[in-house]
Parts: sequence; structure tokens; C-alpha cells
Amino acid sequence: MDAKTLLPETEKAKLTVRDLNFYYGNFLALKKINLDIPERKVTAFIGPSGCGKSTLLRTFNRMFELYPDQRAEGQILLDGEDMLSRKLDVSLVRAKIGMVFQKPTPFPMSIYDNIAFGVRLFEDLPRAEMDERVEWALKKAALWNEAKDKLGQSGSGLSGGQQQRLCIARGIAIKPEVLLLDEPCSALDPISTGKIEELIHELKSDYTVVIVTHNMQQAARCSDYTAYMYLGDLVEFGPTGELFMKPKKKDTEDYITGRFG
Amino acid sequence: MTDKHLSTQFDAELSMISNRVLEMGGLVESQVAQAVYSLVNFSAETAAQVLHQEERVNQMEVEIDRDLFGIIARRQPTAIDLRLLIAVSKAIANLERAGDEAARIARTVQRLIDSGMSSRLRAPVGDLQFAADMSIAQLRKALDAFARLDTVRALEVLQQDDQIDQEFDGLLRKLITYMMEDPRTISTAIDLIFVAKAIERVGDHAKNLSEATIYVVKGTDVRHVSVAAVADVVR
Repeated sequence: MDAKTLLPETEKAKLTVRDLNFYYGNFLALKKINLDIPERKVTAFIGPSGCGKSTLLRTFNRMFELYPDQRAEGQILLDGEDMLSRKLDVSLVRAKIGMVFQKPTPFPMSIYDNIAFGVRLFEDLPRAEMDERVEWALKKAALWNEAKDKLGQSGSGLSGGQQQRLCIARGIAIKPEVLLLDEPCSALDPISTGKIEELIHELKSDYTVVIVTHNMQQAARCSDYTAYMYLGDLVEFGPTGELFMKPKKKDTEDYITGRFG
Repeated sequence: MTDKHLSTQFDAELSMISNRVLEMGGLVESQVAQAVYSLVNFSAETAAQVLHQEERVNQMEVEIDRDLFGIIARRQPTAIDLRLLIAVSKAIANLERAGDEAARIARTVQRLIDSGMSSRLRAPVGDLQFAADMSIAQLRKALDAFARLDTVRALEVLQQDDQIDQEFDGLLRKLITYMMEDPRTISTAIDLIFVAKAIERVGDHAKNLSEATIYVVKGTDVRHVSVAAVADVVR
């Protein structure tokens, strides 16, 4: 166990990653990762392309199980329960750990159904309660005012930024505990990005948020903790302010100051 | 600076701004030296030059600040780059104030000359010169340490600051003796106390600059901590 990955005593770990190895076929993409993700905080993963940050995010809700030659070894504990355990149904894992992807992925259905779809898989709500849930999720995702008059219209008619907020609304409608965001703003303009970042800030009062981003300034702006990864290793993890002002490792400093060659 | 950035333009901007700080530092250093020369030699002409340079120093502070904001806005620097730029901001503020001290000395010299006091002055100008040489050497060393990001040299400045303070205390005692012996010297002696204080303040600005240098390299804020504790950080 490496001391650098541990949290300060004031934080409670929501996700605990222990000795996690990840393979794409024979290729070892994550090397013995040990990391604690703090509860109700935003944790950002940064690093150059191919460093394993998205791979790590995808192990949290077993997204990799869609591909037969990919496998994870080690433990990912959510409040002590191993998410990698074969005994645990993958859809239950994903109900607890939601995910939003790089490109907005609205389902080809109405805005209302986009949100109700996931909820129906887990809960059988009467119409009035479902209406409330949809409204709640859209409000949480700061989309309600823009979408309330067109709930019956197709989700793909929304702008890119609105679609992404719809995906976040869909993700939180089933009331997960952790929300994973895989470069949620890379396809968005600065104004939409600003809205999503504002939303991330709001969401952390209820959820544990983990975000992968290529945009270092975004990590600096909206995360509480940052992990720097390189070639499948977790190089440095710590409070975002400290990591950007005074990183402990030379490698981290070279990357965040643009001296990485 | 350490290794090169991917953006050579960014490297150029950082080195340009560091050079401007050193240029400003050189100007202030000569300003302080000239101010002391004007006092020791009762030269109204040199005092006027010091006051003229003051405008140039102020102008440089404004220009460097403007460049600094430009780099921060466009580059969004982090870690050592951010610390360097913050240190530049503090360095130029300290240099500008050191320049103010030089101007203060020059104005005192002008007043002494105008009031015709100079000839009657039985002042310890030799001691003032000695203290001033120490302060100027400290300023030069602090600028040198900043230019090379040399924490050992910066630490030396902090360690030697005490000597200037002791020199100031000695001067103060001497001027008080003058005043007690001959009350007619009181007005001039008070002026000289302010000059001595200005010289001591230049040393303090050199010390602040050195603390900023250590902050850039080590990332640790060493203001308001003992010299021994700073030595631990530098080691």
C-alpha cells in the first residue's frame, strides 16, 4: 500500500481501489493502482493520452465487461463492497455507479423517456411519481427550464450541451451514489462547458463525482482531488490546489507546466 | 529556468519577464548607490538624477505588471511557472519600494542643501556609507540569486540581514549622542535617522526578494519564519 494514495483523515473514502491491474488481452494497461476516492468530492484523473485514466474510470462500473479480452484484477470497493465480484450483478453496479460519456448519447426517444427509461429498469413508479422524478433529475442537471415545454420531443433535437446535461440527468435519475464523467465537455463549447462545470459543483453535495479530463484547467477548476497518471501508473494523487501549486513529483510538474515531451 | 516547455514562446515570455526584473533591479541598485553618493558628497545634481530615475523605475513596474497579467491570462501557468510569476510580481513591488527609499534619501539631501545645513553638519556620513554599501550588496546578491534561482545565495541574504539591522541600531545611538551634545543638530540628525531607516529598508526589500526566490524553487513560503527554519527548507 502506497501512502501517497491515501486521503487526509477528514475525508471518507467512497471508492477504494486496491492493487488493481487491468489487461487489454496481454497488455497491462493499469499497474497495481491503489487509490481512495473521497465521498461527495470531485476527483479528477489527468494524464496524457494512453495513460490509463479512462481505463481506470471504466473499471469502476465494469464497463470493460462488454469486451471479452479485457479483464481486471484486484479490488474496487464501494463502501466496502467489491464491485468487481462476479457475484454482483453488473446492472446493480451500474445503478450505483452511473456514467456519462465524452459524446452526448441521448436515446432515440423523447426527453421524458430518456430519463424514465433507466428508472423503469429499477423501480416501478406510478405516473405522478415518475413525472416528479423526471422533473427532479432535469432540475438537478440544470436543464429543466430549457426542456420543460418540450418533454415529449426527441432528445436528439437538443443542442450538444443540452444533450450532455440530459445524459447527466439520465445518469442521476436512478439516484446512483457515484457519477463517472468521461471527458464530458470535450465536445462542448465554452459556455456549455461552463454550465456542466457549474453542475458538477452542484452535484457533489449529493454524489461522489469522478471526472476524466484532457483539459488540465478544467481539473484545476472543478475538482477537489486530482490524480496524475502516466503509462498505467498512478504517479501522484492529492488535493487539487496542492497538486497544481506545488506537485510533489517532478513528472507531475513537467506535465502540468507543459514541459512534457 | 529548468527544462524547456513544449511552447518555446512560453519559454521566451518567461525569460523575457525575468530579464526585465533584473534590468529594473539594476536600475534600483544604481539609484540607491547614487542617492547615498549625493548625501556623502552633498551633490544636488546627483540627487536630481536619482529623482529622475524614479520615474523610469515606476514605469518599469507598471510595464512588467502588464506583461505579467498577459502571461497569466493567456498561459494559465501552474506549479513552478505560477510561483515564478507570483514571485516576479512581489519582486517588482519590492524593487519599486527600494527605489522609493532612494528617492527619499535624494529629497532629504536636496532639503539639507537648500537649508544651508550641509556645511554645519558634523554627521556620521561614513557610517551611513558603510551601511548603504551593505544594503546595496544585499540587493545585488538577492537579484543574482533570483536570476539563477539560487536558494543558497538567497539564504545568505537572509542570514546577513541582521548585520544591517545592527548597523542601523549603531547609527541611531550615534545620532542620539550628537543630538544630546548639540541640540542645534537635532533637525539634521532626524533627517539622517530617516536616511538610515531608508537604507535599512533597502536591505529588507532584498530580504523579501530572496524569500520570493526560495518560494519559486522550493514551493514553500518562508516569510515570517526563522532563518534557521529557512535553512532547513533550502537544504
